[in-house]
Amino acid sequence: MTTLLRRLGVYLLTAWVAITVNFLLPRLMPGNPVEILIGKIQGRVTPQIVHAFERQFGVGLHQSLWSQYVHYWSQLFHLNLGFSISLSAPVSSVLKQSVPWTVGLIGVSTVVSFILGTIIGTYLGWRRGTVFDAVLPVATFLQAVPYFFFGTVLLLVFASHLRWFPELGAYSQSLNPGWHWSFVASVLRYGQLPAITVVISSIAGWIMGMRNMMVTTVGEDFVLMAVAKGLPKRKVIAYAARNAVLPSISNFSLAMGLLVSGALLVELVFNYPGVGDLLLTAVQNEDYPLLQGIFLVITFTVLSANLLADLAYLALDPRIRRQA
Amino acid sequence: MSGLEQVAAAPSANGTGPPARPADREVVLEMSHLSVDYGLGPTALHAVVDANLTLHKGEVLGLAGESGSGKSTLVYGATRLLREPGVVAGGEVLLASRSGAAGARMDLLKASERQLRAIRWSDISIVLQSALNALNPVVPIGKEFDDILRAHSRLSRKERRAKAEKLLSMVGIPPARLGDHPHELSGGQRQRVMIALALALEPQVVIMDEPTTALDVVTQREILEELVGLRDELGFALLFITHDLSLLIELADEIAVMYAGRIVERAPAAALYRAPRHPYTLGLLHSFPPLHGEVGPMTGIPGSPPDLAAVPSGCAFHPRCPYALERCARQVPLLGELEGSGREVACFLHGGELSVPVELAVS
Amino acid sequence: MSSLTAPPTPELPGAMAAGLPAVRPRRVRALALPRSGKVLFGLGIMVAFLILAVIGPYVAPYNPSATAFTPGLHPGAAHWLGTTLLGQDVLSQLLVGARPTIVVGLVAGVIATVLSTVIGVTAGYIGGATDEGLSLASNVFLAIPGLPLLIVIDSYLPQGARSNYVLIGAVIALTGWAWGARVLRALTLSLRNRDFVEASRIIGEKRWRIIFVEVVPNLFAVLASSFLFTLLYSIGTYVALAYIGVIDTARWNWGTMLFWAQANNAPIANQWWWFVPPGLCIALVGTGLALLNFGIDEFINPRLRAAGVTGRYMRKVKLSNRPRLGLTPVIEGFR
Repeated sequence: MTTLLRRLGVYLLTAWVAITVNFLLPRLMPGNPVEILIGKIQGRVTPQIVHAFERQFGVGLHQSLWSQYVHYWSQLFHLNLGFSISLSAPVSSVLKQSVPWTVGLIGVSTVVSFILGTIIGTYLGWRRGTVFDAVLPVATFLQAVPYFFFGTVLLLVFASHLRWFPELGAYSQSLNPGWHWSFVASVLRYGQLPAITVVISSIAGWIMGMRNMMVTTVGEDFVLMAVAKGLPKRKVIAYAARNAVLPSISNFSLAMGLLVSGALLVELVFNYPGVGDLLLTAVQNEDYPLLQGIFLVITFTVLSANLLADLAYLALDPRIRRQA
Repeated sequence: MSGLEQVAAAPSANGTGPPARPADREVVLEMSHLSVDYGLGPTALHAVVDANLTLHKGEVLGLAGESGSGKSTLVYGATRLLREPGVVAGGEVLLASRSGAAGARMDLLKASERQLRAIRWSDISIVLQSALNALNPVVPIGKEFDDILRAHSRLSRKERRAKAEKLLSMVGIPPARLGDHPHELSGGQRQRVMIALALALEPQVVIMDEPTTALDVVTQREILEELVGLRDELGFALLFITHDLSLLIELADEIAVMYAGRIVERAPAAALYRAPRHPYTLGLLHSFPPLHGEVGPMTGIPGSPPDLAAVPSGCAFHPRCPYALERCARQVPLLGELEGSGREVACFLHGGELSVPVELAVS
Repeated sequence: MSSLTAPPTPELPGAMAAGLPAVRPRRVRALALPRSGKVLFGLGIMVAFLILAVIGPYVAPYNPSATAFTPGLHPGAAHWLGTTLLGQDVLSQLLVGARPTIVVGLVAGVIATVLSTVIGVTAGYIGGATDEGLSLASNVFLAIPGLPLLIVIDSYLPQGARSNYVLIGAVIALTGWAWGARVLRALTLSLRNRDFVEASRIIGEKRWRIIFVEVVPNLFAVLASSFLFTLLYSIGTYVALAYIGVIDTARWNWGTMLFWAQANNAPIANQWWWFVPPGLCIALVGTGLALLNFGIDEFINPRLRAAGVTGRYMRKVKLSNRPRLGLTPVIEGFR
């Protein structure tokens, strides 16, 4: 239990750091970027919005930093993330529309990539020294290709050229979004190529990690014992894999950050209406409230995923479970 | 025939020749001319050269030697469990398999993977030095019993559970601990679990590779006593590998001593203790205090065991041997029977032409 | 601190077993990388791109920003890699863009490695509350998603600062040091209790002397691996930042090339020569770094090295079977 509480503590601290960075950055950054932006939007939006904006970013306020900080937190607790300038809507409602797309796309591709990569890595580690090692250079190359570049190539070849997949977006524009079959089918169809991109781009990491851990684990006595016991080969591999997978799971937090970053850019390539696409809008328009909201949402999502990985680890490693 | 105490008493019982044995000793495992290398081609290291060993039903054969002498390599090679770059360079390893026809013997070196899988653990099981490393760290020990019984028997889930409980209590651990993981057991308990696992299918041959080396002396003693009891009860043959010769003197019926990949002496335990014939055995005996009886002067052996990549010419022991002759550096002495004694030694001192030093002569 | 990562990270067990010479480190072995094809290939790629980064701007045939040519030309004699839809020469952009991409990667890699060494070694060696604090900091920085944080930071930077390589590199390093620090901390912790370090402590050598003379040289292999990893991360991150348009899109690097290609719908317009060359270059640099890292991994963890009796060798001597666990080959008559 202690272990889990500690991890939870780290995540809470991380969340606090993210929020505080959000609060401090615009206030401490030289060159008054926010004031410049306010100059630009003046007259385009209502005075109330300008006022709320000034309050959120601490411009022209005669308040101590501390009381601004308290105000910032109280706004957060009310889920008030400010008003998006470029989209003329509250940030929270904009995010509410985008987040499900991203969580769906990244969630599914992460799970598929992890499972598939672990299985392939297990096999490669077990059959080390055979022709299967030829997969390694390919995986190395794939690992080095930026997600968004790979997505661009896939888009060109399989959507624009071969027309196997629809090109852009998350569903056919001729459909009304809703919980009916034709829409769900369309979503599944449009999601395929982006998901394949994320899976192939991220799978190499899982493959290599698992393969190397397998090679190391197969060198352990208990695997030799499994052979000496006359267990079926399947069982021997399972003995090794069950142990080798643990570091993969404990490295999940590192992988998660990279994977989410990569996948967000894939959304750009495919015009997928998720958080990544929103991020581009925010960057292009210097829409600071939207940018801050996106950063918080991504951080919280990644932290939750990490917590899930920690729970899985706890379930899989009895040594930690008892210690805790 | 020999409990720990009886054998321990034997050395003091003033030499009456080799202890009597039943004439029809049934052979369960026979290795002949076994050679094991590390690597291939001209750079290969010869870790075991031309070894012969015979294991009889219900007996304990001790294999002694310093680390690096090839004793573990020999058994792992013979059972085909040796990892790369180890290869078996030749020989024959015949196992009297219970699954085959009566009297039929199976050559492990010619066996297929499937055949090996069938005899593994059911005919021949193995206990490693570190039980902590040999047990799967992430599964409860009950699962280890279950896996073995599932792979080799048609017992139902309930029967397997009952059998595992019985096995565990047989080695003095409460059956409730089947749900424990290896790290929750003490070192002694883990090794007991390993022994219980090794006996799960009542194999004819059990190999133990330094099973008690990692344990404290008291635990070691307890486990060895238990082992002797189990052997008497179940009648398996035990191949016991250790660097601790004094331990073997008490435990084993017969002892083979290895040096630099070769077996240099083989004799009944009591005889070997009372009258070692190879200078190396003599040195080893003086390196360990006996578990029982008087502690003699401990002198050890000068020098260190040879590197496999640079084994001395002739008798590999000659640079460290106080009795070395001029021919020892040129010629390899082969293991030969000393007439009428039922024991073998590979040493030129016993060639007959020379007077044997008094320490190595028959008392 | 006992985190969830108690079983050592993949790099560690081997490192503790073999990568670290247990001798007095004054005679530290040079990092003798296994001279495999992989390593040499990786080294070749890296050297080639380093040269490109140096000479790129001088050998570029045209001004990369000049919109002086027929837009959308296929690769041909006049323009080896064709032209963009804006009428710019792609090859010139690629050559000019090599330097910033690699320089930012190097700056970030060096800063992050220094940070992770200082933090990791200090935490591991001093222990106690210092360790708790520094480990907590690394864990926080590991958990925070790097790219979104960088986008937020960079978007507040004034335009001028966004084209400053060193500044951008330093900011990237801020998000890239934590992993290395964690690995180095674990390694230092294990080294701390080795005999030769213990001995220096007993003799009464100064703490910083022990750290720099006895501990750090033994971290060299892992340090190098961590540097290459950070370099890979930094280049990828820089390119991603450029691609999304947070950093100055008027200065050429491989990321801005992709940014303009995407902005002009090059993939849909089938203008592959516009975005494939920069993407391929990034992938090649990454592959080179990864291959070098393989060499170091195999140096650290010998179990990853192909053993003496490989399948290839077995086939060469006409033995059909590769060695398999539990099926030691029998080579009767071969010897």
